[in-house]
Amino acid sequence: MSTEHDREECEKVFALLSDYLDLELPADACSAIGKHLADCPPCIEFAETLRKAIALCRQFRPEQVPQPLGAEAKEQLRRAWLKLDRDRLRPE
Amino acid sequence: MDREIEIDLARRLIAGDAGAFDRFVEHFQTKIFRHAWLMCRNREDAEEVAQEALLRVFEKFDQLKTPERVRPWVFQIARNECLMKRRRSIFAPERELSLEELMPVREMRDGGFRIEIADWSILPENEVLQSEMRGVLADAIAALPDNYRPVILLRDMEEMSTEETAQILGLSEDVVRTRLHRARLALRKDLDRYFRAHPAGKSATKEEGKE
Repeated sequence: MSTEHDREECEKVFALLSDYLDLELPADACSAIGKHLADCPPCIEFAETLRKAIALCRQFRPEQVPQPLGAEAKEQLRRAWLKLDRDRLRPE
Repeated sequence: MDREIEIDLARRLIAGDAGAFDRFVEHFQTKIFRHAWLMCRNREDAEEVAQEALLRVFEKFDQLKTPERVRPWVFQIARNECLMKRRRSIFAPERELSLEELMPVREMRDGGFRIEIADWSILPENEVLQSEMRGVLADAIAALPDNYRPVILLRDMEEMSTEETAQILGLSEDVVRTRLHRARLALRKDLDRYFRAHPAGKSATKEEGKE
């Protein structure tokens, strides 16, 4: 399955994979990586697991939710907001 | 909630619409809490960070010049509150992750080059994460050095741009890109280790049950 491999080339790709997956690379660098991946099963397999890890992280939300704010804390926030509103409406 | 809704709520609050208040508070309280919890893994601290950050947000709401930037603006404030709390919490210390340590194991086999990768195919991409998987991710995030964790949380979980993340953390965009890549590689490595230890269909919970 594996072919003759240029390790240096793989290392270059390895360093740029996030930028590649985020589409943040200039077109020529992007196509060079695409070309390397097409010919390199280990790198494409690695890139695929990185892509999945990123997707997992994007979907990830901890189960923990905060206790709802108490009435007093919420009132404090509301007062700060209302005060601001009055200041804006009636500047000194 | 996507950014459009947040922006709409911010505009309504600026215009004095009380109807937007509860929803804004609830939404950002949860968001900031989760971010802070992943930063410090301490519920009490995370709740305080969320509450104190929201108070700062409302005290300074007139400083939000562009409602389009409400999410990064709120997170900038939350970040400051997190840093204030940091003195009391246990954080993984700052250190640099090298690319070398994140590379997969390489070996020559059958006259060719191979890398060791676990079987990730048990992971359907759109499936809601099982709680076990969430635990693995939360632990992997917690294990990141302190200077890498906020980068991946802001970029990947909060979907901030590189520029917004750089601004919030006071870093250059290049540093954000470098740290993001290494943090993702570190998470990938931890997940790979998990899949290797728990091949298809064998969850940690089941294994524990066997004992």
